[in-house]
Amino acid sequence: MRYTLSKIGLLLLTLWAAVTLNFLLPRLMPGSPADAAIAKLAQNGPVSPSTRAAIEAQLGVPTGSAWNQYVEYLNNVVHFDFGVSYTFFPQSVASLVGTALPWTLVLVGFVTIVAFIFGTLLGVLAAWKRGSWLDTLPTVGGTFASAFPYFWTALLLLFFLGYVAGWFPTSGAYSSSATPELSVPFLLDALYHSILPATTILITSLGGWILGMRSTMINTLGDDYVTFAEANGLHPRTVAIRYAARNAILPNLTSFGLALGGVVGGSLLVERVFSYPGVGYLLYTAVVNQDFPLMQALFLIITISVLLANFIVDILYGILDPRTRR
Amino acid sequence: MTPTRTIVPPTSVVKTMSPGTHDGGGANPLLVVWRAFATIWSVPKARIGLALLGFFVILAVFAPLLAPYAATDNTFGRSEDMSPAHWLGTTAAGQDVLSQIIYGARVSVFVGFVAGLLSTIIAVLIGLSWGYLRGPAGEVINFIVNLFLVIPALPLMIVIAAYLQNGGIGMIVLVVVITGWAWGARVLRSQTQSLRSRDFVTAAIFSGESPSRIVFREILPNMTSLIVGSFFGASTAAILAEAGLEFLGLGDSTTVSWGTMLFWAQNSNALLTGQWVLLFAPGLCISLLATSMSLINFGVDGLSNPRLREGAKR
Repeated sequence: MRYTLSKIGLLLLTLWAAVTLNFLLPRLMPGSPADAAIAKLAQNGPVSPSTRAAIEAQLGVPTGSAWNQYVEYLNNVVHFDFGVSYTFFPQSVASLVGTALPWTLVLVGFVTIVAFIFGTLLGVLAAWKRGSWLDTLPTVGGTFASAFPYFWTALLLLFFLGYVAGWFPTSGAYSSSATPELSVPFLLDALYHSILPATTILITSLGGWILGMRSTMINTLGDDYVTFAEANGLHPRTVAIRYAARNAILPNLTSFGLALGGVVGGSLLVERVFSYPGVGYLLYTAVVNQDFPLMQALFLIITISVLLANFIVDILYGILDPRTRR
Repeated sequence: MTPTRTIVPPTSVVKTMSPGTHDGGGANPLLVVWRAFATIWSVPKARIGLALLGFFVILAVFAPLLAPYAATDNTFGRSEDMSPAHWLGTTAAGQDVLSQIIYGARVSVFVGFVAGLLSTIIAVLIGLSWGYLRGPAGEVINFIVNLFLVIPALPLMIVIAAYLQNGGIGMIVLVVVITGWAWGARVLRSQTQSLRSRDFVTAAIFSGESPSRIVFREILPNMTSLIVGSFFGASTAAILAEAGLEFLGLGDSTTVSWGTMLFWAQNSNALLTGQWVLLFAPGLCISLLATSMSLINFGVDGLSNPRLREGAKR
């Protein structure tokens, strides 16, 4: 209980620090949104001071002392008020993020969980059958595939299966003729569009889980209690699963919490290639257009998801490994 | 090759040595590196990795001698197919693709090595002390590392790169290191925590060794494979991150690198015109370089656990 409470306290503290950092980051960087917008306008001709004042007012350039800005910012964050997007004016940032988030969460979250389960099982098998084809095939294949840059796998699948073979749609999350609704035809259409992005993430991330589990499993296989269990004549499967894998999964679980949180951001490159309307694509659009409010909100969403994932893993770790509670 | 050797450091008085000090004390650093190399080389998969990495390093170092043309020479025909004059064809801007591939190795090898090394040094210093210390100090480090972990690497790099328009390689290395060390620190902490309760550490504590000596002389040598592994891991991540940034057009797009080649390939519609070599070759090089490091990682298992060395039974 004390462990859980201290973790909750830590979560709140880290949450505050992350929010504060999010506030500081754009302000530490050179340039301002109004300057960027004016620079774009200036390409067509000189900008008068009155136009400049109008743009600054419209873009909501922060005024007042840094402390007042900070208090106002905290207040806005608590109320999920992230302002208005410059790029998609007059849509609010909160609604844009709300539309994009489900696509990313479902696509990437689901694929990551599948990759974790399969990768861990294959890793256990590879470490246990060290040296056999059950080791060589998944490890060499996984090593090579996990070295693929996400965007390269995506580009190749897009080129060969999308453009050349024409089997799959080349962009978007659903057909342009369809309207998002909860109906069977629409869900099937969305599923069809998600096959290439999902395959990309699965191909590229599976290897990491195999290799991670294999290497921690090999470490535990060198431990004395495994030798002892073998000497006791226990069934090999019992030794592998109940003794070695059970202990080896702990370090891998730590990586899972981080990966799951990072997934929201990591999907950015894949979403960019497939023009998939998730958080990653939205962040890319925001960055290209120097859309500060949108960028900050997306950054915060990604940060919070990593925090929550880590918190859950920390709690799980405490349950699975009593030593950490001491 | 003797797997374990205990050498009493010249400065210390006679003292019981724990099993943790394999290569400590007065061992010649060159000898240690050579033995590590031999251990890795003895694993077939790792041997392929070392050869592959060596190939790219040679490509990077001797690029001006090996490339048939200058990388930025755009006086050739545009979007040409493969020919004896241009083995991999030319880009939409009329540059020789093979020459660009060879020069591109420089950026990836440099970023991978420098960013990987810096990240690993920070990860070792923080991960080991963090794993060993209990109480408030550990909690403070935990807080700092968590802060660095919660900032997702790629989005942060993209945001900073967007602010610093057309930042160079130095900016990329800096951002990769800032975002890249925390992962390794966390992995090394887990292992330190589990080693901390081993008998040899308890023995070292009772023999009155200082905490820094226990961490860096007793615990650290037992984690050599994890540390070397995290170096190659960090390098791989750095190479992939650099390529990703350049692919999005957020680096300096005039630099000749594999990432910018893919950026220009996509922007000149190589997908539609069917010039697949432009897409395929740079990505394959990134993958092969990253694979070479992962393959070397198969050989590091034996570095700190002699029982796992080639020929030894489980």
